[in-house]
Amino acid sequence: MTRPLLEVQNLTKHFPVGPRTFLGNAQQHLRAVDGVSFNIERGVSLGLVGESGCGKSTCARTIVGLHPATSGSVRYEGVELTTLSRRGWLPYRRKIQMIFQDPYASLDPRQTVAQILDEPLALFGLGRRRERRLRVLALLEAVGLNPRHVQRYPHEFSGGQRQRIGIARALASEPDLIVCDEPVSALDVSIQAQIVNLLAELRERFDLAYLFIAHDLAVVRHLCDRIAVMYLGRLVEEAPREEIFKNPSHPYTKALLSAVPYPDPEIERTRERIVLRGDVPSPLNPPSGCPFHPRCHQAHEVSGDRCSHQVPELLQKGDRSLACHLD
Amino acid sequence: MPLLSVKNLAVRFETHHGTVRAVDGISFDMEEGETLGLVGESGSGKSVTNLALLGLIPSPPGVMTGQVHFDGQEISALSEPELRKVRGNRISMIFQDPMTSLNPLLTIGRQMTEVLELHKGKSHSEALRLAAVGLGEVGLSEPESRLAQYPHELSGGMRQRVMIAMGLLCEPRLLLADEPTTALDVTIQAQILELMAEVQRRHGTAIILVTHDLGVVAGTADRVAVMYAGRIVEEGPTHQLFKNPHHPYTQGLLSSVPRLDSDTSQKMSSIPGTPPDLAEMPPGCAFAPRCPNVQVECKSERPELLASGVPGRSNACPLYASPDSAEADSAEARP
Repeated sequence: MTRPLLEVQNLTKHFPVGPRTFLGNAQQHLRAVDGVSFNIERGVSLGLVGESGCGKSTCARTIVGLHPATSGSVRYEGVELTTLSRRGWLPYRRKIQMIFQDPYASLDPRQTVAQILDEPLALFGLGRRRERRLRVLALLEAVGLNPRHVQRYPHEFSGGQRQRIGIARALASEPDLIVCDEPVSALDVSIQAQIVNLLAELRERFDLAYLFIAHDLAVVRHLCDRIAVMYLGRLVEEAPREEIFKNPSHPYTKALLSAVPYPDPEIERTRERIVLRGDVPSPLNPPSGCPFHPRCHQAHEVSGDRCSHQVPELLQKGDRSLACHLD
Repeated sequence: MPLLSVKNLAVRFETHHGTVRAVDGISFDMEEGETLGLVGESGSGKSVTNLALLGLIPSPPGVMTGQVHFDGQEISALSEPELRKVRGNRISMIFQDPMTSLNPLLTIGRQMTEVLELHKGKSHSEALRLAAVGLGEVGLSEPESRLAQYPHELSGGMRQRVMIAMGLLCEPRLLLADEPTTALDVTIQAQILELMAEVQRRHGTAIILVTHDLGVVAGTADRVAVMYAGRIVEEGPTHQLFKNPHHPYTQGLLSSVPRLDSDTSQKMSSIPGTPPDLAEMPPGCAFAPRCPNVQVECKSERPELLASGVPGRSNACPLYASPDSAEADSAEARP
């Protein structure tokens, strides 16, 4: 069997917060990512979903090296990334690219589109000036922008068009894996669908793998082959798309799916809905045992007090991994 | 007589780039206890409509025209001190972001008692008692001790509950909710929507729900008005409008919403192009540049919102007039 493209094992990212001790050590740690493991095969898209504050963006940023990992391992084609130096990272930056949520904040307002797209090409030494210029035009074409607008600045484009520029920039270095952090959340519905279609089309065309971070399950369903559900820094369930949507196993996955509003009054007003109680606990002080147990509507089905005392391991069963004491 | 009657409401802003018509002549009525969903994409004018109803448009640069009648009174003609007696009292508003719309320097108790002391002339201790009752009603635990807390000590969902409780303290006849759940996670959103529905059942409050989320509207609104570039392009009862949208924009919008039950082997349908720049509106129908069935006349004449032959429905697309589909629609409406 061939190696997965990306292997993430027991990845943790803790941020020191609050007052420090005499020796300068933090007294408290925010456990943003708390032992996450998954693999991404070549050409496969994994959707990472969860509510705000669950650690999905931190997880993505730690994988691409924007945050140093606290512990755990990230391997790309077998090479450990977490211990690489800045220089050592360079060849992998070319292969792993990122698309950000906010198309307004992630493009340099002082650069023209030509400069923005030429930068990765020049950095990785991809062709001479003339070749690069042609490549920039081809990239604009690939993401559905008019190549004649190459000398324009980001502010001259709409939100959806800017996100296309961000996508073109990520494509420039011919990556194998693109980490997409909520790339359509800031866009209006009619534009959102355009971008989702573009990402799907580019995946086919360039055989890309995506790590797709989102909170909108319906968008993820359109684009991803596998889905991982995250809660309070941990994965609670990971499975092929259809399994997650047709047959969710973890109580949190079930609740999350049932809370997604349907744009259909008949379904919306008749279906059974699991309304969770309370708020997501603070990752500064996560609950003991299963992080979901204080809100879980099925915790009473587990005998004894395992849910509140023992952290459930993420166990693989066939094609699905699940972290729940229920069985 | 309807509770709220809006006639030809328009708001324009004079900017360096020219006149921006954020709301361009809209009219609608609302009955007691009804929920109207006001939907549209960003920049369609739905939030400005809500602000204009309460006279909250900053002037200059804003200019508001048109009439708003509420409960037999023309509130669009009221002076600022008179309007202040209406705001938070008979009409109140819930904003999108509870973090920026609560005062971070004041305790929850201080912010909540203000309306009661001001509008109802309650004593401070009586107001505190009522505020605690209000917080209990929206499902906050330990309401008395919450009154002494500051907004930053509460989570997003809790802050939104405080906003709702505050909006309901004076038992308003009309609640304007501007994207009340957009900043919240889906599981918290479900809690808040359930809460609003319950409050409405109990007090008979009419609600204008401004949102871009068609799923939220589908579950809560009695009627829906769809806005595009400052105008209402279609209005009708929720079930009918979702089942059989008449205007091409409504059709496009509904089909581009990702659903949990759509066919993933197909491309997602989308509306080509982008909404027009409000400072440089095309002549004729604002949707014409993106419309799949655009005709020559669409580009010269701006269509009006007209009753579409089906009771309770209106539509601003002159191309929709076929009696067959109107018949099909009324057949569907019959139980």
